[in-house]
Amino acid sequence: MFVPFLVLKNALRHKLRTSLTVVGIIVAITAFGLLRTIVEAWYAGAEGSSSARLVTRNAISLTFALPINYAQKIRQVPGVAAVSWANWFGGVYIREGNFFPQFAIEPSFLDLYPEFVLKPEEKKAWMVDRKGAVAGRKLADQYGWKVGDQIPLRGTIFPGTWTFNLRAIYDGADAKVDETQFYFHWDYLNEAVKAKYPRRADQIGMYFIEIRDPSQAAQISQDVDATFKNSLAETLTETEKAFQLGFIAMTEAILLAVQAVSFVVIIIIMAVMANTMAMTARERYGEYATMKALGFANGFVALLIFAESIGIALVGGALGILLTFPLAAAFAGALGTLFPVFFVSQETVLMQLLAALVVGIVAACIPAWRAARVRIVDGLRATA
Amino acid sequence: MTHVPLAYIARNLTARKLTTLLTAGGMALVVYVFATVLMLAAGLEETLVGTGQPDNVMVIRRGSQTEVQSGVDRPSAAIVESLPDIATGADGKKLISKEPVVLINLPKRDSGKPSNVVIRGATPAGLELRPQVKIVQGRMFQPGTSEIIAGKSIAGGFRGAALGETLRFAQRDWTVVGVFDAGRTGFNSEIWGDAEQLLQSFRRVSFSSAMFKLADPSRFDAVKAEIENDPRLQLEAKRETKFYADQSEALSKFISYLGVTISVIFSIGAIIGAMITMYASVASRTNEIGTLRALGFSRAAILVAFLGEALLLGLVGGLVGLIGAAFMQAFSISTMNFQTFAEIAFSFTLTPGIIMASLAFSLIMGFVGGFLPAARAARMKIVDALRAA
Repeated sequence: MFVPFLVLKNALRHKLRTSLTVVGIIVAITAFGLLRTIVEAWYAGAEGSSSARLVTRNAISLTFALPINYAQKIRQVPGVAAVSWANWFGGVYIREGNFFPQFAIEPSFLDLYPEFVLKPEEKKAWMVDRKGAVAGRKLADQYGWKVGDQIPLRGTIFPGTWTFNLRAIYDGADAKVDETQFYFHWDYLNEAVKAKYPRRADQIGMYFIEIRDPSQAAQISQDVDATFKNSLAETLTETEKAFQLGFIAMTEAILLAVQAVSFVVIIIIMAVMANTMAMTARERYGEYATMKALGFANGFVALLIFAESIGIALVGGALGILLTFPLAAAFAGALGTLFPVFFVSQETVLMQLLAALVVGIVAACIPAWRAARVRIVDGLRATA
Repeated sequence: MTHVPLAYIARNLTARKLTTLLTAGGMALVVYVFATVLMLAAGLEETLVGTGQPDNVMVIRRGSQTEVQSGVDRPSAAIVESLPDIATGADGKKLISKEPVVLINLPKRDSGKPSNVVIRGATPAGLELRPQVKIVQGRMFQPGTSEIIAGKSIAGGFRGAALGETLRFAQRDWTVVGVFDAGRTGFNSEIWGDAEQLLQSFRRVSFSSAMFKLADPSRFDAVKAEIENDPRLQLEAKRETKFYADQSEALSKFISYLGVTISVIFSIGAIIGAMITMYASVASRTNEIGTLRALGFSRAAILVAFLGEALLLGLVGGLVGLIGAAFMQAFSISTMNFQTFAEIAFSFTLTPGIIMASLAFSLIMGFVGGFLPAARAARMKIVDALRAA
């Protein structure tokens, strides 16, 4: 019991300094955890996607469409269980800042996504309303929408103001499901476009394919693309996950920066902690010399410093981790639909704990080395 | 009032080198992050604002925010072309460029990951409208052929886009015959080819935008009204400078908000570091403080001395951080602008405003960290302080 007691007494000698250091570590560990959560939220769309779904789009880029008759041809590819399609709408709700994804979908699209849970009666109401729309729970909450509300969207790709009746709100089957999407009938969009811009009608942005055996995804993707090789609209088919990761890769530079910055905060706190330990050890050289004179080994003196440093770091780390959860929840509330999925993962908590431990160990290195090397005579003279 | 000599203040920082180094190092890192992020936002803004010319007018379909979303059909483009306010070039033709703009997916040279690149159908007038574009390698494309020229950032950053290489899209192989440099503008992240050739191969019938130069720049509002009030047209007109500046808004706001929030949170750590150092500095010099007071220095002078020490500590950290950040100017970053969905390359730009903001930030950190310890030092009673030894 002697050693832990001595370490505790030592740590509490300078209450102000120790508590300031602990506060610093709490801030750093919390910031580290939040930044990692942001990075993870970025990847959440890809994490939540199923490997049994493929996405087919125009090989040139997403801004090019595919003909509607491809649906029939894709259905004939062996291994394909179901085909649906969607168009990116890109409308503005009231003002530019209110961004959320909007898709015009063929109704069976929702069958491809069993993780979107709809009330049967609401789904039915949506199916029969040509101007009906379905919104995710998080999206509906953000703008205070209720079933039956009218939602106007100003088209940027399809000119004009489009008004939809909210008929259903879906919930995610688990926390990883994106609840910020907005869906309406592809037929409604297509008919309106046909009347105004005949050339732009019957065009599909993306085909969504459900396959029977996820292990065949690569082969089926190749088969689909081979079907349309050398046609006017060549296709690119990939798993939904690869499709999502492709989007993330485009903004990767920013993600890498956020990730790099999350480690900078750990280095900053390492410097603060190392400073604390250096000062603490410096003040106690006399005591260390006394202990050595009493027969304690060099290693024991170093151990005392390491134990104190790691102890302080872990207390700060633990409090930081506890604080991360309410902060992340507040953050998610403030950001609304910007990050569809936002929660602190187990991995993040482990990383935080590890970071606190590393800070404690690294901060103690130089002071412990110095204290272990201090000569008894010099150390005793320092007090005098 | 007599001041405590500055040399005394400065020497205190050199007395305990490890402590000073660690505290200033922590602050330097915070300032580095702060400055770098602001430089990134400034670089993006500069790139996109620099892309436009003030007397050029960009015409796109009403409601569309980018050229890629927009569509201007030939009849509408012809109506715009008939406006009397368009300047004429050296050859007597009107300076208007009707351009198709599309996004294509290309793999990045280093990672192979695909990103969206803007392909612009250029015209001779379009080149005259953008005098900042200079061919730096190879030559201009021949009109009527499958030749293209690539912006400097694209030529270096994407596979198949360097001089002499070929790109395959829209069922054709396109040869890169030239590389152009448009200075610090967004055009460096584009590929240019012949407008009519691109329209045909992408099976497009309408242009994406029409851009013209005003004969009289002060007539902009009148021309804008004329275009937007014409019942035959579903178009809107913007100055080219504003058009591109609008495109940088979301991304640069996002970067600076995120950066400033992060820096402020990080600075709490550095401020605590400064506080610990300054409290220790005060504690270890209790005796000296007593002596100084006995010599006749006032409480205020002591307060100023310790605050000065903290400010100096902050300033050292700030300068080191800024020097580190200044080296970042050598790098550029390429990412997707989520307003246009297109790749944009920009570099870190250090502006006088950022230097001032960073130094102010470091001084604030020093001040906040040093205030409480300095107040404690100033409040000490002479007798107690002298007795402390």
